[in-house]
Amino acid sequence: MNDALRQEAELVRKIGIAEGGVARAPMRLRTSGLGSCVGVVLYDATAAVAGLVHVMLPTSPVGATNVTKYADVGVPWLFEQVMKIGGKRDFIRAKIAGGAQMFASAGQSDILRVGPRNVEAVNHALNQLGVPVVAADVGGNVGRTIEFDIATGRLSVRTAMRGTYYI
Amino acid sequence: MVSNRSDWRAEHEDILREVGNIGAGHAASALSALLGEEVKISVTSARMCAFNEIADAVGGDEVVAAGIYLRMTGDVHGNMLLMLSLPSAKQLLRRLLPGQQETLEFNELEISALAEVGNILGGSYMNAIGTLTHLTLTQSVPAVAIDMAAAILDIGILSAGEVCDEAILIDTVISQGKFDVQGHFFLLPDPDSLTTLLCALGWCT
Repeated sequence: MNDALRQEAELVRKIGIAEGGVARAPMRLRTSGLGSCVGVVLYDATAAVAGLVHVMLPTSPVGATNVTKYADVGVPWLFEQVMKIGGKRDFIRAKIAGGAQMFASAGQSDILRVGPRNVEAVNHALNQLGVPVVAADVGGNVGRTIEFDIATGRLSVRTAMRGTYYI
Repeated sequence: MVSNRSDWRAEHEDILREVGNIGAGHAASALSALLGEEVKISVTSARMCAFNEIADAVGGDEVVAAGIYLRMTGDVHGNMLLMLSLPSAKQLLRRLLPGQQETLEFNELEISALAEVGNILGGSYMNAIGTLTHLTLTQSVPAVAIDMAAAILDIGILSAGEVCDEAILIDTVISQGKFDVQGHFFLLPDPDSLTTLLCALGWCT
């Protein structure tokens, strides 16, 4: 790897499925291959801090240990984490993406509808915290890779078939 | 909890591998009949896999792949996924639908043909398990998605995701002689069905 590539890689913090993390500008936060999962970005533009969580399921069962897997506990967890590194409650905003129904043709089972249910749960959790959602690219039947640039507040959404766009 | 997990790794992966082998054998002969070419099984493995590593099995999170999903119900509930790389899917379609004009996109007929491949492979797999275990198993109508591997795999690991951070993969690589069609077959029993499955295979606790 040459220096330019290494520098580039060091600026991106990758968040895996059912994981979450926070960072400061000039870092970027990235998670790839969101299907029915939802990527939730919480950021405070004035403090230049942000967090990203990649939740899989809407609600946590009793005794769940991995909070970053579930929308209902993962979103409040991320909110706390962003405040811990300097985010101010009143300035925190949300951008969300994902929650697709990858297999549109077989909509009969609850499992296949988990995408829309995830989005609902994320919105509900954000609402409870009083965090406004300023941009969302959810639903449909496409996979998404997202990358949040903390310095600019832009969220790039890359899809397999429809290219990359920003929200 | 920890000892349960290590027991599982040590002993039950062998049984699942055996299920995988038999299922793959049936699936391969069904595919051979479908294509009129001999289909061989190159690798079968069964293992516990962290969610993050699953997509690597098919080439990485963002590699675009064709996924065919079947839901298994009956005595054992679970998800079945056949994942094909795009070149493999196209190769298969070239054999299934000769004379079709080749495009980068997948048209309705091609999607439907892929669903049928999933149906046949999934059915063979389930029959093998059913015969081996005397369990009654049924499968849903297949659904097809062409998208990022990780996004497709979400659905497969969801039900396992309710209780653990790892999924069970019975990964079968099927290759077809000189045509080299390769697919990964993932069988993901729901966690609460795993005991039923293992018990039916003679591993009652």
